[in-house]
Amino acid sequence: MTHFPAVVLFALFASIVFGITQRETPMRMVRYGAYCFALFVGSVIALSWVMFLIAR
Amino acid sequence: MATEENKSAAAGSPAQIESQQGFVYLPLIAGWLVPGAGHFLLRKWGRGALLAASIVGMFSMGIVMQGKLHSSPHDILDILGLAGDLGTGLLYFVSRVLGLGADQVQVTTADYGTRFIVVAGLLNVIAAVDAHNLRTGRKS
Repeated sequence: MTHFPAVVLFALFASIVFGITQRETPMRMVRYGAYCFALFVGSVIALSWVMFLIAR
Repeated sequence: MATEENKSAAAGSPAQIESQQGFVYLPLIAGWLVPGAGHFLLRKWGRGALLAASIVGMFSMGIVMQGKLHSSPHDILDILGLAGDLGTGLLYFVSRVLGLGADQVQVTTADYGTRFIVVAGLLNVIAAVDAHNLRTGRKS
């Protein structure tokens, strides 16, 4: 398994738990879970580009 | 009249009264030992199934990636890792008995696997506390 699938799976599992535990209604759970997932994956992509540019 | 309504509202419905009986920490302990079990006890089937799938999935991924199960801590980071691992409850003890996981981290994916296992334990603690909050009525 490469880095990116590992990150996506990590983000998926963590976001599901965060969504269910941190919000009360199903719709808000889904929205918060999607928000956490987007932040996880978006942060990884952004930091990866930063590290790539630093390493050059 | 208003006083009687207030009293009945404070007491709650028969289902709420029934849910307040029994050992209040049972969902917390069950949720720690078996991921999702705390929510199952409270008849939150969908939430419990999703939590169980996520936590068991993350723990399994860690094992498949040859992650390390912390057993005998030598420094503060090992102690923290052990605390995280213990959050998975029975998954940790069964895996230790079966000899799953690596003794030493030798490849990069094993390092990721170790983190997956620790985070699965921490997420399970969050889920167990959530079940406790549902049980006490702090969360609906």
